[in-house]
Parts: sequence; structure tokens; C-alpha cells
Amino acid sequence: MFKDLFRAKPKYVTVRPQAVPVKQDTSVALWQKCPHCSNLIYKKDLETNYYVCEKCGFHFRISIAERLHITVDEGSFEELDTHLESDNPLGFPGYPEKLAQAQEKTGLDEAMIVGRAAIHGNPCMLAVTDFDFMAGSMGSVVGERVTRTFELAIEQELPVVIFSAGGGGARMQEGILSLMQMAKTSQAVERHNRAGLLYVSVLTNPTLGGVYASFASLGDILLAEPGALIGFAGPRIVEEATKQSLPKGFQSAEFAMEHGMIDKIVQRKDMRQVLGKILSLHRKGLVSSA
Amino acid sequence: MRNGLFEWEKPLYELELRIAELQKFTTEEDMDLSREIATLEKKAESLRREIYRNLTAWQQVLLARHPKRPTTLDYIEMIFDDFIEFHGDRYYRDDPAIVGGIATFDGIPVTVIGPQKGRDTKENIRRNFGLPHPEGYRKAMRLMEQADKFRRPIISLIDVVGAYPGIEAEERGQGNAIAECIRRMSFLRVPIICVITGEGGSGGALAIGIGDRILMMEHAWYSVISPEMCAQILWKDSSKAPEAAEALKLTAQDLLKFGAIDAIVPEPLGGAHKNHEEAAANLKKALQDNLQLLLEIPADELVEQRLARFRRLGKWRERAAAVSESK
Repeated sequence: MFKDLFRAKPKYVTVRPQAVPVKQDTSVALWQKCPHCSNLIYKKDLETNYYVCEKCGFHFRISIAERLHITVDEGSFEELDTHLESDNPLGFPGYPEKLAQAQEKTGLDEAMIVGRAAIHGNPCMLAVTDFDFMAGSMGSVVGERVTRTFELAIEQELPVVIFSAGGGGARMQEGILSLMQMAKTSQAVERHNRAGLLYVSVLTNPTLGGVYASFASLGDILLAEPGALIGFAGPRIVEEATKQSLPKGFQSAEFAMEHGMIDKIVQRKDMRQVLGKILSLHRKGLVSSA
Repeated sequence: MRNGLFEWEKPLYELELRIAELQKFTTEEDMDLSREIATLEKKAESLRREIYRNLTAWQQVLLARHPKRPTTLDYIEMIFDDFIEFHGDRYYRDDPAIVGGIATFDGIPVTVIGPQKGRDTKENIRRNFGLPHPEGYRKAMRLMEQADKFRRPIISLIDVVGAYPGIEAEERGQGNAIAECIRRMSFLRVPIICVITGEGGSGGALAIGIGDRILMMEHAWYSVISPEMCAQILWKDSSKAPEAAEALKLTAQDLLKFGAIDAIVPEPLGGAHKNHEEAAANLKKALQDNLQLLLEIPADELVEQRLARFRRLGKWRERAAAVSESK
């Protein structure tokens, strides 16, 4: 059944350059202020330092192109499932306009792109989210791309690596269909799991709601970038519902680590190396399954 | 709402009062007013239909939240026999916001679970207004995996505004508890029937909403987000919840069209709270019909069908393949 999904079309496509643009600097300012420590950073330095504040270690959000650039082996990324386009199944007021705005802002067609890549020579399926596209929220297209990623990974016996930044959770403009993507993606993860294959979920800032409560928290290994916001209900909702002041660092990656929710916090500059090591350690299990 | 009555029901209520007065007058004063009564009753009947058959999405949401609406334990009591409630997730504590246990349904042993709202303020406080913590979902999962072991069908009765957005709930992994529930429930090898009986709020409902048949009571709602929160996020104004309810397409009729549910269980005219027994009888009938069919399907096929059903959900357009894709 899954094979049929892919038979009709070629398995790989080349990356359309306009689909994953490097974010253009539209301002003339050469300096950027760190939102965490207010340190003024020379933009060129920020770029060479993986968009991390040298002073306080704050991890800036980065575009998909930047993520690919610092994570995968050069030229190895082949984007897949590019022909899926969001619809407005509910006729939700203002949704097509929001999509168009997000597309213009990011140069992407949706909040996540998926494809095949290699990290330190280890082949894998890779998905990357852009928070700037409707808060990285999951509608039908994101759900379908995640699902197909796992299905193709099963077919090709590949590990999956997903960078989540789904701060918007399940996308409300697609109503119940967005909610159902949580089921669909979780089921795809489990099929891949049952095939004995590795899934590394990397939680980047922020991963919340229906994205965290489905595929993003179901990895064999959960990594996070320092300071990434991770949780089910966002901090403002928790504060409003409980009328309590939130503990310091509530829902940060460090908080998630302390409470046993993730395996490891990885600095952005080390991410490629750590992923490469994890992938290569899983290339061959020593214990025979027979 | 006053005395359990909604604003839109008032004209009907006043008419019903007048009929009652006339009837009282008839017996007390021995006067024949049957013609007047008949006319008014006819009027009341058509008003009833007019009001209850044309509810807005927001009115449906309010009906689903009616304080006298049957709760999970009410339905369990009316529909099942020999119910024994079991407690605890074996890790942290027992969450009173989710109940579950074993029972018989038409003589068949089943596992039944569901969020439980309080029937008064005191019970509501004890049960956290039916808003589960992670341990509630972990308890539900434990009971469902036990059902799988002992080959019992599972009935999941869903009435929950959402998973509790609290500090401790986050500390104990609310998101992962929900994700694990979804993942594991999807692969259980016994028939599962889920029923949205009242509120179906987001991931907190979906966590126990993976089934072979998903039914919905006529005036229940089921949505990716509550109308209030949706209005707050979109328009920074939670008082616009009625507009959000409309936009979210969260009624049973809407969800049937999207394929998110399989069937609608009719409620007594005016809502399940008007007649608990009738609502329960309708639900029992629907459960009977569906369970009989599911019991005949072999386990492998059951799981495959369940997965295929969710696999199909979602709507997008297929763009014509670009030149670079067709080489």
C-alpha cells in the first residue's frame, strides 16, 4: 500500500532553490541585539557562530536553509513531497490570506520541508520546521509530509531525524483535520518503530501543543537546543489557567531535561556531530535478533 | 442560563408554563379548556422543533456543557452492568478526572474509560472539572492495555474540555502522556468504540479517541481547540467564541462530513439533559449495533482498518509536478 504512494512519481527531486531560501537581511543594520542579554552582536559574527549569542548562549531561531546548511552534508539534501499544497477545508475566514503571507515571509510553501539527506555520511530521512510559517503549526500538509517521511523511511530502511519548531501546535484553521494529523503522524512513527528503525526528534524553540503531543515527543531519542520552549500548553495558557506565577525556566529545554522528558541538550554548534554519532551508532546493531 | 434554561428556550418555557396553568385550571375549576390547550400544545411543538433543529454551533457548545448533562459515570450506570472501577497509573497517583474499569455490556466483558466531570461544585473540585493530568491518561492507557491482554472490547466515553494546562501537569509530561496514548491505542488488537458524549477538546480528547468506530452524541462538540481559546488567539477576544465555534466546524454534522466521526447518536429533543434515560438508551443501541460488527473482524484486520481510517484524514491540493520533479 505504501509503495503505491510513491511508485507513480520519481523518488527524489532536486531542491528548488526558491523553496529554501537563505533568509535575506532586509534591514541595513549590521548589528543585532540579543533578546536575552541585550548584547549587541555584529551580524557576520552571529552567522559564523551558528546564530548563537557569544555572550549568553541564546539560540536565535534560524531558517530551514540555515538549518540544512549547518546540519547535513553539503549537497546531500533532496527535497520530497513538494507538490502538496494547503487547502482551506473549513472555509476558515482569513486562512488563505494567512497562508499567502506566511509564504511570502518565508519563501516556503508550508511550515515544514522533508527529504532525504546525509549527516556525516549517514543517510536518513529529514524533516525541518520553520516557526516563521504560521508558528510552525501542523495542518494537513505538514501531517502528510511527516507521515510520508516515515513511510518512505520504512520502505528504504532509513532512520528519521525531525527538527520540530511547532510552537503553534495543531493548526486551528484546519479544525478537526489538524487534530487528526496528530493521530496520523503518531501512527506512522509507531509503524517505523515496529520496523526496528531509529527516530531522533530534535526539539527546537518552540515545540508545543499538538506537535509536541504527537510525533515530536515520540522519538527513540529526544534532543533539544538550549533554551528551547517545550511543552503541551504554552506558558501563557498555563499562567492564565492556574493563576500561579510560573517557576523560573518553566518549560525550557533545561526544565524538560530536569523532569526527565528529553535525553540530551545539544548546543547548535555540536548538533551535526552528535546526530552523526547517534546515526552511525545505529547503523548496525551488535545483538543478533535471530 | 437560569434554572438550567437557555435564553433561546425562554419563549418555549413560557408557553409550557401557560399550558401547565390551563391544565391546572381545568382540573381545579372543572372547566373544559382542551381546545385552547391543544392549540397551545401544537404551537409549543412547532416552536420546539424550530428552536432545537436550528441550533447554532455555539448553542451546541453550550448544550454540550449543560450542568445537568449525563456524565461518564451516569452513562456507565445506565448502560453497563457489573461495573468495577479501578484506580491509579502505578507511577504517581490516581487521577479522579478520568474514571475506568471493567463491566459487562449485554453480557460481554468490556473495559470502559472516560473523563469524569463533577455533578456539583464539590465533586467538580475533587475531579478538577474533568480536566485530566498525565497520570489520568496513563491510567486510561494501563486499563486499555489490560483490555488488550484479556481480549476485551474497549468503550471510551469522551467528555473533556481539554488536558489540564497546569504547572505540575507539564512537569509530569502532559504532552508525552497524550502522544503515548494516541500511539499505543492505535495498535491495540481489540475493538475500540469511542463516543464524544459532550465536549471533545483537542489533544485531551484525541488521546483517548483512537477507535474503530467514533460516534458522537447529537449536541456534542469536537475540535482542535476550544472556541474561547481560538477567539482569544485569533481576535484577542474570547467573547467572540460564538464566531470561532462557527468557523471551527465543530458540530457532529460537520465532523461527519469530514470523516472524523462515523455516526451521530440522536439525543432527546432539547438535549441529553432533558431525559437521561432516553439519551442512554440511544447510546446503548448505537454501541450494540457497532460492537456486533466489530467483534466479527479478526484482530489484524481490525488494526489495519483503524490505521487506514486515520491515514486518509487530511485535505490538500496536489500541485502539478514541476519540471525539476519529472526528470
